[in-house]
Amino acid sequence: MYEILHKQVLSATVKLMVVRAPLVARKAKAGQFVIVRNDERGERIPLTIADFDAEQGTITIIFQEVGKSTAQMGQFQVGDCFANVVGPLGHPTEIENYGKVVMVGGGVGIAPLFPITRALKQAGNHVISIIGARNRSLLFWEDRMRTYSDELIVCTDDGSYGRKALVTEPLKEILQTQAGIARVWAIGPAIMMKFVAAATEPFGVPTIVSLNTIMIDGTGMCGGCRVTFGDGGSQFVCVDGPEFDAHKVDWNLLLERMSFYREQEQRAYEQWKQHQCRLEQAAQTIERQAAHG
Amino acid sequence: MAKIIPTRTPMREQEAHVRARNYEEVTYGYNIEEALAEAARCLDCAKPTCMPGCPVKIDIPGFIRHIREGNYQAAVDLIKQTNALPAITGRVCPQETQCEGVCVLTKKYEPVAIGRLERFVADWEAQQGPPPLPELPPPSGKKVAVAGSGPAGLTVAADLARMGHKVTIFEALHEAGGVLVYGIPEFRLPKAIVKREVDYVRALGVEIVTDFIVGNTATVDELLQEYDAVFLGVGAGLPWFLGIPGENLGGVYSANEYLTRANLMRAYRFPEYDTPIAMGERVVTIGGGNTAMDAARTALRLGAKESIIVYRRSRAEMPARQEEIHHAEQEGVQFYFLTTPVAFHGQNGRVTSLECLKNELGEPDASGRRRPVPVPNSNFHIEADVMVIAIGQSPSPIIAKTTPELATARNGTVVVDPKTMKTSKRGVFAGGDIITGGATVILAMGQAKTAALAIDEYLRTGTW
Repeated sequence: MYEILHKQVLSATVKLMVVRAPLVARKAKAGQFVIVRNDERGERIPLTIADFDAEQGTITIIFQEVGKSTAQMGQFQVGDCFANVVGPLGHPTEIENYGKVVMVGGGVGIAPLFPITRALKQAGNHVISIIGARNRSLLFWEDRMRTYSDELIVCTDDGSYGRKALVTEPLKEILQTQAGIARVWAIGPAIMMKFVAAATEPFGVPTIVSLNTIMIDGTGMCGGCRVTFGDGGSQFVCVDGPEFDAHKVDWNLLLERMSFYREQEQRAYEQWKQHQCRLEQAAQTIERQAAHG
Repeated sequence: MAKIIPTRTPMREQEAHVRARNYEEVTYGYNIEEALAEAARCLDCAKPTCMPGCPVKIDIPGFIRHIREGNYQAAVDLIKQTNALPAITGRVCPQETQCEGVCVLTKKYEPVAIGRLERFVADWEAQQGPPPLPELPPPSGKKVAVAGSGPAGLTVAADLARMGHKVTIFEALHEAGGVLVYGIPEFRLPKAIVKREVDYVRALGVEIVTDFIVGNTATVDELLQEYDAVFLGVGAGLPWFLGIPGENLGGVYSANEYLTRANLMRAYRFPEYDTPIAMGERVVTIGGGNTAMDAARTALRLGAKESIIVYRRSRAEMPARQEEIHHAEQEGVQFYFLTTPVAFHGQNGRVTSLECLKNELGEPDASGRRRPVPVPNSNFHIEADVMVIAIGQSPSPIIAKTTPELATARNGTVVVDPKTMKTSKRGVFAGGDIITGGATVILAMGQAKTAALAIDEYLRTGTW
C-alpha cells in the first residue's frame, strides 16, 4: 500500500504529502508525474512528482484542494494509504546547460517547478525564478526555490507579499532588459501558462509548459488528455508530454477541455461537503450522548 | 445419425426496452433443457468442419457429445484443454465467422449454437463452486514476468504456473483483466466472470502486481535481470482518431476513454464513484466493430434518448458480431450506413454536431470489402452532444520505445515468430493485440498458449 509518511500544510488549500512508493521513486526524474487514486471508488488523479528519494523509496506530491477528490485527499493523515499510485509517467524534463533560464511558477505549480529548477541549477544554468500566487497564504517553497535560484522574484496578485504583480510582469521586464535568456519554463494554472506563452512569444524565447489535463490511464490508452496545437496537430499529454512548446499549444481549446466536467465536479463536491457536515454532526451527537450517559 | 433440426434453440434474454436502461447481462444463457435440445442438433460429423474454424481447435463435436450424455464436467474439461476461458469466449467470440460459420448445417439451416453451448458448460461449472486446482508439479525454479493481465496474460500465466514456473503478472491499471474489465461492458460480459478467472490464476500461485507499467515502472531489460523470460501481452492501447477538424472538442471521446470511464471507473454510478462521464442526450458513435456497438449501447444505459452509429460502409461489411448488431438494433440504436464523418462542430468548446458525407460502395479494397466512395456535396449534419470514435487502435508505443532491440512493424505491432511467439529479443515473447494490432480474445488466448509451450521449452533448454 502507498502509505502517507509525512503531511504538511503549505497554504490554505495546498498540501504536501510524502508517500511510500519505492518503485516510482526508483525511476522518477524531474518533470514526470504519477496517477493517484484515493480509494476503491476514486478517480485517477494525475499529479506531478514534486520530489523523490530513491533511497527512502518515497515521492512527494503537492496538491490543491479544488474538488471532491482533492479535498478528500487533504483529509488523509500520516499512516493512511492511497489505494493506488502509479508511475513515473511522461517524459522527464530535458536537463542540460542552456545558459540563462527563467523559471515561472504559479500557485500549486511551484511544486512541480521545483525539481526542474534544482536540476537545471545543478546542470550549471544561471537560474532566474519568478513565483507567484493570488495572495501570501497560497505561496510556499520560497526558501527551496531561493536555494536553487541565482535570482528570485516573488509576487502576489493582491500585494499581500512581495511585489504586487502577475508573474508575467517581471517576466516581461527580464525579457526586455536582459539579453540571452535561453529558455523559459512555466508551470501553473493553464490561464497563467497561456499568458506566459503570449509574453515570451514576441521575444522568440523557447518556452516550455507542463500540462496537467484530464486523463484516465496515463499510458496513452484513453486519449482524454489530448492537446491541440496551433497547426491542427494533436498529441497526448500522458505519453508525448507532459512538457510542450508553449507557443504551439491551442490554449483556448485546452482551457475549454479542462473545464468540461466542471458542473458535475461541483455537484460531487457539494454533495460530499454536505455528507461530511452530516458526519460531523453525527459524531458530535454521539460525543454528547457519551458525555451524558 | 440424428435427424436434422433446422433452427437453433433460442437463448432467453432481457427484453430490449428494459435492458437498454440497465447494466445487467443481456442474455441469460441456456438452461440444461435448452442445452440438451441444442446439443441434439449437432450431427457429430465424422469429419467435423467446425473444428478447423476454431482458432484454438477445440474438439467441438466431442464436448457437445459430453453435453448430450449429461457429462458437463467432461465437456468443460475437454474445452479447457485448448481454451482456458470458455465462459468468456462463449460470450465474446465471433462464432459466425469461426466455428458456426463452417458448421455443416450452415449451408441450408441454422448452425449449431456452439458458442452458447460453450458458455453453458462454463457457467454450469461456475455454479459448482470454485474450480478444483490441478496438482502442480514441483517448482521449476524459473521465473517469468508477464506484462498485461488481459486474455493473453491470464492464459500464459495459468499455463506456465501449471508447468511449475513462478509467474508474476504486471498490470498498468488498478484492476486485473485488461480489456475484459475496461473495454467490454458488464451487460455483455459480467465482471464477476472475469474476477473468477483472475482468482483462479491467482490460486495457481501467480502473483498479480497492479499499478505497474512495463516500460515506465521497470523496463523489459530490468525485468530480464530478475526474470528468466518475459511475455508481452499489453494489448493495443493506442486509440485511433479520425484526424478531422474539431476532434478535440469537449464531448468527443475515444471509445477507449468512453468505455473505460463507464466500465473500469464505474462512471455510470457518479457521483457515488468519483469519475464523471458526459451523459449525452444524443450520442453518435463512429465505427462498425464490437467496440462501437458496446459504446452505442452504453450510451443508452447512461440515459441517452438517442444513440446513433455512423459507419462508412454498409451493414454487411460491419465487423461486429452479428449478435451485437442485432442486440443494438433491438435496443433502438439507429444506424447511418455509408456515411463518412468530415468534421466535428461545436460551441464554447463543446461538440454539437457531426458533419458527414454520404458514400457509395466502389471496388473491393485490400480487405476484400467494397470501398466506400464519398458522394461530392452530399454533406449533412447529425446533431449530438457526445461523440465516440471507435475506429480501431494500435499497440501502445511505451514498450517498443523503451526496449531498443524489440523489432516492430510499421503499424507499431511487435514482430514475432508465429510458431513460438518469440520476439526479436532473447527471452522475450509476445501475444495478443500487441502483435495483431487488434483482434479477438480467442486469438490472443491461442497465441498465449503457443507462447507458454515455447517459454517452457526455452526455460528448460535455455536455447533460443
